[in-house]
Order: sequence, then C-alpha cells, then structure tokens
Amino acid sequence: MSRQADRNKIFSRRAALLAGGKLALFTALAGRMYYLQVLESEKYATLAEDNRISLRLLAPPRGRILDRFGVPLAINQENYRMLLVPEQATDIEATLEAASAIIPLSDHEKTKILREAKRRRSFMPVTVRENLTWNDVSRVELNAADLPGCMIDVGQSRHYPMSDRFSHVLGYVSVVSEPDLTGDPLLELPGFRIGKAGIERVHDLELRGTGGNTQLEVNALGRVIRELDRIEGQPGAEVRLTIDAALQDFAYTRLGEQSAACVVMDVKTGHVIVMASAPGYDPNAFAQGLTADQWKELTQHQRTPLINKCIAGQYAPGSTFKMMVAMAALEHNIVSPDFRAHCTGHVELGNSVFHCWKKEGHGFVDMLHGLMYSCDVYFYEVAKRVGVDRIADMARKFGLGSILDIDLIGEKPGLVPTREWKQRTLRAGWSQGETLIAGIGQGYMLTTPLQLAAMTARIANGGIAVKPSLTYEVATGPESSPRPNQNFPSIPINKANLAIVRKGMRMVVNEPGGTALGARLPNPNWIMSGKTGTAQVRRITQRERDTGVKKNDELPWKERDHALFVAFAPDDDPKYAIAVIVEHGGGGSAVAAPIARDIMNETLRRDPASEIAKERFAHDPNKGDAG
Amino acid sequence: MILEPRGNLRRDGNMSIGEKLWHVSWSLVLLIIAIASVGFFMLYSAADGDMSPWANRQIVRFAAGVVMMLVVALIDVRFWMRQAYIIFGIALVLLIAVDLFGTIGMGAQRWINLGVIQIQPSEIMKIALVLALARYFHGASHEDVGRPLFLLPPLGMVFLPAALVVVQPDLGTAILLILGSGATFFLAGVRLWKFGLLIALGVGAIPIGWQFLREYQKNRILTFFNPEKDPLGAGYHITQSKIALGSGGVFGKGFMEGTQSHLNYLPEKHTDFIFTMFSEEFGMVGGLLLLALYAGLIAYGYAIALRSRSHFGRLVAMGIANIFFLYVFINIAMVMGLLPVVGVPLPLISYGGTAMLTLLFGFGLMIGVYVHRDVNMGRRGASDDV
Repeated sequence: MSRQADRNKIFSRRAALLAGGKLALFTALAGRMYYLQVLESEKYATLAEDNRISLRLLAPPRGRILDRFGVPLAINQENYRMLLVPEQATDIEATLEAASAIIPLSDHEKTKILREAKRRRSFMPVTVRENLTWNDVSRVELNAADLPGCMIDVGQSRHYPMSDRFSHVLGYVSVVSEPDLTGDPLLELPGFRIGKAGIERVHDLELRGTGGNTQLEVNALGRVIRELDRIEGQPGAEVRLTIDAALQDFAYTRLGEQSAACVVMDVKTGHVIVMASAPGYDPNAFAQGLTADQWKELTQHQRTPLINKCIAGQYAPGSTFKMMVAMAALEHNIVSPDFRAHCTGHVELGNSVFHCWKKEGHGFVDMLHGLMYSCDVYFYEVAKRVGVDRIADMARKFGLGSILDIDLIGEKPGLVPTREWKQRTLRAGWSQGETLIAGIGQGYMLTTPLQLAAMTARIANGGIAVKPSLTYEVATGPESSPRPNQNFPSIPINKANLAIVRKGMRMVVNEPGGTALGARLPNPNWIMSGKTGTAQVRRITQRERDTGVKKNDELPWKERDHALFVAFAPDDDPKYAIAVIVEHGGGGSAVAAPIARDIMNETLRRDPASEIAKERFAHDPNKGDAG
Repeated sequence: MILEPRGNLRRDGNMSIGEKLWHVSWSLVLLIIAIASVGFFMLYSAADGDMSPWANRQIVRFAAGVVMMLVVALIDVRFWMRQAYIIFGIALVLLIAVDLFGTIGMGAQRWINLGVIQIQPSEIMKIALVLALARYFHGASHEDVGRPLFLLPPLGMVFLPAALVVVQPDLGTAILLILGSGATFFLAGVRLWKFGLLIALGVGAIPIGWQFLREYQKNRILTFFNPEKDPLGAGYHITQSKIALGSGGVFGKGFMEGTQSHLNYLPEKHTDFIFTMFSEEFGMVGGLLLLALYAGLIAYGYAIALRSRSHFGRLVAMGIANIFFLYVFINIAMVMGLLPVVGVPLPLISYGGTAMLTLLFGFGLMIGVYVHRDVNMGRRGASDDV
C-alpha cells in the first residue's frame, strides 16, 4: 500500500507543478493581451484605421471544355452586374427608384435588395441585377450622378454555346450550396459557381483552378483606393472531350422533338463520339439561376429533359438482345448455327402462348435468318434450350447489367435477371416462360443506350471488353498529353461464333427481307450491320389479340412501344458502334433504324481517317467545322 | 468545492443510470455550454450577422456532441480501461490507412471516407493515446516507472502515431500528441533528467527533421521568427491578427463591430483566428474573461483527477485537461504572435465538427471518471483483482 501512497504523492505533487506551469503560461497570454491591447493599442488602432492593404481572393477563370477537335463547348463570358453599396447611397429606396427607370425592377426584387442591404453591414455591396447588357451598362454609367452608391462590376459567367445539345454531357454550374463547402476558400466567394452535373461536376476540381489574390489599398470604410499587387491564380485546366460537337449537333437535330437517345462510340478506344439525349435543357439558364416556373416545367415535362437517357434511361432491349442469346447458345454448343426452328407465329408452353411479332409466322428459320427476320419464335426455342443463367452470363460479359464507369455521375446499371436474382429480390422461383420472354429482351431485362452501344462495340471489335469514356485529355498547361488509350481485356469467347452473329447483323441491314433493309448506308462502299428492336411497354391481352392488336398510333403516347436500333460500321473493319432509342417511338425498323443510318453516315463522313473527311478538313487538319 | 453533488458511491460500481446521472457534474456541463455559446455568437458575427453558414450548423453539431458526451460519461470507466489498448490499436490502423488511402483535404491527407461519414483518425488518436497511456501507467509501480526499459513501450505509443500524423502533414496535431503525452509521463513520475535527455535528443534531431517538413510548414516557422519579412505573404496572417487584436483595446469595438474582421483583413476568422475576432470586438476584458472560463474548465479536470480513487481515472482526467489546455494555449499564443501558425483551433469555439466532437468525447470521459470516482479498479480493469 505504501507503494501506492508513494505514487499518489508524486502524482499530486506533479499535478500541482503542472498547474503552476499552466498558470504561468496563461499569465503570459494575459500579459501579451495587455501588451497588445493596452500598451500598443494606439499603434494598432492607427494601423487598423488606415489599414492600407486588404488581401482579397481572386476567382481563377474556369477551364474551358472543348470537343475532340478543339471546338469550345463551355466558355466564360464577361458578366456585368450592378452593385449597390448601401452606405454610399443617401437614400437607398430613392436610388432603387431611379435605377428602376433604367433597369426595370419588380417590387419583389426591390424588397429583396432592401432586405439584403439591411441584413449585411452597410459597406458590403448588394447585387441589384446580374447579366446586364452592354446597353444597360452604358446607361447606368451615363446616369451615374443620379444613382449614388451604384457601381458596375465585371464578373465571369459560364456560357454554353451549344446550349441544349450538350446539356447532359456538360452538365452545368451553379451557386455553391452548404454541403459543397470543403474548406477551399474559393467556394466561399460570393457568386462563385461550381459544377453541379455532368462533366462540369466530374472534372470540377480540375476546371476550377486555384485562387489568386489581389492586394488592395483600402480605406477604413472598405473602399478600394487602388490595387497594389496581384497574384494571378492558376486558371482551371481545359478539358477536351471525345465528343465531336458537329456530329453531336447533327444527332441531336436528327432526334428532333422526340424523347430519344443516341450513343456513338469508337469500338476500339471506347471514345464516345456522340452522346445525345433529347429533349435537352438550356444549361445557361442554370448558370444564371432558374425561376421556379422554369424548374417546374423541366421537372414535370413528360419527356424528362433533365435525365440523360443515354446513361440513366433504362429500357428493355427488345430484339437487340437476341445477339446475346445467340452467343450464349453457340458458346455452350447448345445449338449450331444450322439449328432450325419452325415459326408458326406462336409457340405454346404450358397454358401460355408466346407470340412472334409476325402473326403468320416465318416458317423454318436458322440462326442467321432468325437474326435477320428477328424471328421471336426462333429465339424462344433457343432461349428455352440455353436457360436464363447462361444468357445472363453472356450479357454481362458484353457489358449489360452493371455500370460501365463512364466519367459521368448518375449512370444506371440496368438489370440482367437470373434465377438467383429473382429468388433474392422477388422471393419467387423462376418460370420457364420468363426465360422465353428474356430470350427476346423483354420482361425484367433493362439496359441503357450506353450499354447497348458498348455491347455492339464489343461484338464489332471481336470481343474486346471496351469501356466507354468521355474525357480525351485534361490540359493544365500548354504541355499536355492525351490520356493513353486503355488496353481492354478480351472476352473469353470463340471469335468464330462472334463472326456468325456479325454475319446475321449484316443480313439484317443488307439482305432483302432483313428488318432494317431501309437503313442501308447511301454510300455503297460503307456497309453497316445492325439489329432492330421494339420493346413493348404494355401488356397485350388475348382478347386484344383476337380482335386485332392495336397499332402504335392508336395508343396514347405513354403506351407505345420503344423503338431501338444498334449497329456498327464499316462491316469489314468496324470502327463505330451506335445505339439509338426512341421512347414510345413505335417500331425499331421504321423509327430507330433510319435515325441510326443518318447518324452513322455522318459519323463515317466526319471520320478523320475517311477519304471524304480528308477533303473536308484539307484546309485545317486539326479543326472540324462546327456547322 | 466546485464539485457537486457529493455522495458515497459504491465501490463495485453497480449504479443505476439514474444514480449515475445524479452524479454527473452538471456545473461542468453548463460551463462547457457557456463556452460553446460564446462560439455561436462569434460565428454569427463572422457571417456578418447571419446564422448560416456557420452558427446554425455548429449549434446542431454541438447539441449532438453534448448528447454523446453524456453517453460516454455514463459508461463504466473500467470499460474504457479494458478497451484502452484495443481503441489505441484501431486508431493506429486507421492512421496508417489514412496515410495510404485517405482523401486529400486542404493540402493534407487526413480523412478516411466511409461513405456515410468521414473520419479523421488523428482526432481519435488524441483520445486513444490518453486512454492507452493511462492504462499503461495505471498498472505500474513507482519502481517500474524508474526503469528506462519500462518506458520504451509507451514512448513508442507516442512517437509512432506522432510520426504518422507528421507525414499527413499535420504538425499541429503531432505537437499536441507529443506535449499532451509528455505531461502524462510527467504525472506518472518519470524522472526529470529523462525528459531533459529526450529534449536534448530532440533538439539534436531538428536539423534532420527540418528536411522532412513541407515547404509551407517551413515558411510558417520562418515567418514566425520574422513576420515583418513578408508582410503580404505568409506573415500576413499574424500581422493582421495583431492589428485586429490590438485595435480592439481594453473594451473592444462591440459585438459585430470589428472592422478588421469584417473588412476581410483577417483570414480564417471563423476557424483558427476566431479568438482575434472575439478580442477585437470584446477587447482585453472579453479576452481575459474567456481565458478565465477556460481556466475554470481545466480546474475541473484537476479536481476530478484528485477525487478519483483509481490511478487510471486520475491520468485520464488529467490527460484530457492537458490536451484541452494545449489547444487553448497554442491557439491563443498563435494568433497573438507568440507561436508559429500551426493550425490548432480554439477549442469549443472555432467552427468545425471534428475537433469539437473529440473534445466533447474527452469531457465525457472526464465526467465518467467523476461519476465512477470511487470504483475499485484492478490492474486490468476488473474490480476484484486489486
């Protein structure tokens, strides 16, 4: 016990010593306070009174976003705004009244400005109006005498010259909100904008740059006398995308008024050349701040302009999925390409009847013709033999059912159902009828246009598991190098089987009787191969079948079929893959295939390596024309 | 005495939650709330008279922190004793993890992102080290402490995490860890000449360590020794801070009237330099009052430590009080130009969640020691193997 008592005695003694030390240090702090705030107080008060130098943060210019040829897609524009310093205005309300004569201000705006002016300290400027025209600016300057306390300030605002054509890829910038604050002082600058969606968000840090500062000579009221020194920050990096702006413009225009999406990608590098989702929205409106009405209209629009349908729209792939069924069958040697099924227009399984899209049937078809005619019965028969799990396994290898990690936020994984999946999520056993439905890409199956493009690219490039990407390079200075092309792994499959599927796809577009014969490319030197798809979004009852299935134009828009088409070209040496979906557009061959044809044709015309493009770009090989 | 209420607590520690709550030193809780409230007012002022963006969030976090503090206080101290090494081990693993895969924030690698929350392992380490050292010395006799070999494991427990924190790089926390632990060694009875030896070794190592510092850290230290050298660069902070503070005078310029702070001469006025803003607006009188409140809080730590029957409890209560003192002293000395700018917040007042939560957790332990002050504690934390 005495040992413990010993220890306690030492503890108490040392605690007292420590307390003494702390007291001494606190006394030192108090002494320092006395020195600074009493002895030297006058000196510091004088220094504060004419504190000449104020360090203010400068926002660096945000990096531009360019297309693959250097065409600017997101740039900075000078933004003139009118500020009011309450303290310098003798009568704020009178000044606002006078300002109204030049820039009409609503009563709501006026009360907002007055409230803001009251809340802040009187020397802090309040924004009266942003985005003034040059005309407004000169009139304000002209009437400066009648507007005490008002001044014009130049800021920078983000501008997207191609507006809605790039809204989903680029995203937009907007004011910093509370959860965005990370400690970067730039974020606390009034009026600072950061990327909120799309590339603007994904590459926000690189585009943002680092802040500089300016040393201003300022009087005690905070008025700037002059600038003493200025350290420019590091401007944001330029981000070059893989997209071809002119082609994107072409594709977006071609999609037109419809609710549709189109992805074009390079089958070897994975570079996404076109990512168009229609309708788009005007990102410039976001940079300036949306009104409540504008926001309401965007969010409640039937054709969902805010959603990037290329990556976040999930659709049943319909018949475009048949290549996966064929590959699964061939790889597992379940059927040979010569396997023939007899299509009478429907098959029966238990008590259910499964229909082919062609009521009168296709007769005997083999695999190539099954693809070419898109015979549903053929793929019911094949799917029944292969089983859903092997089909799902093949679909995953080709990029369906999981996200592809494209450099955008909000990519959806889609869904490739398996027995295990159904048991886990729906707590129900898988039925064979569902396998048949999966065989024609319907039922639970969901894919995004991006996944369909990637699947097609992987078919076209001989089974290389290419992944789509949007960023070509991020250039921080003049010296910059493009991101190296990735080496993608090969999918473990037999190349000969893939060649059979490709042959079937070639027949779809190029053989009489193919479902997309009308989508042949106009230039006979270019052969496109593809596959149509029509995804049903409603259930057709037996009763309706008896009386005649309703045509799409007889249905309300929301119940019409989705039209899909996937393709690659040129057939002999595939370079580009395309996926087009038109929501509730009707049949794939009638609606989606012609769009894909036109966009693919333009893609090949604009291909820097093609003969025609060489002529077009002869004057300036590095620049594409933005028209 | 400042500690109320008194009671003869059962030595086996079997108390109901109600009894424990009765024994919580509520005056200490009130003192903590009072200091934090000073912070709320200053954050309101820093935002030019606005609850957002700082004051409102700080209040919410503080409220959550106080609840956590009370929960910690009600947990049996012997639990902390038993888990001390495990907690220390986890904190060490997290520190290594953050060096390997942490995210970069403000030029330093300090955070681990767990998806839902972000954690800062160096903060956990501050508490973990106090607990681990307290447990180590709890079981040590006076003779043990006299043996140099006996002191090697705890030295490792201090310098390993400190080294990991330095490479993040977070010099302020490393200093806090080393000085805070040094005080624990001192209280445990380590002979003074051993400190002298270690300090001599440390001074000898400065030229070597200097090479490992980042450029901005070197600048901060150089600027400290000669702030006028570069009045618009790194020395700007200190010079402006002194002007703001000094111009506040004896009684200050009044709430929300601090011109230097509000004209944005003063950098980081809501975080590290909040004391400057406080002193500009409330003068030396305000500064001394705040210092007195802090001194009172530290005094509570002493009172609780002296009241605890167990050595573990004593060392924990003192350890927390020491860390808290270091926060206060380093921050205030820094903004008044007595120490280099090392990035230590003013505890309970500066805007920021992690440091506040750490401290409230620490106070939770301190109150816990008080609640369980009479509990018997064996060498390993059970009550019967005395």
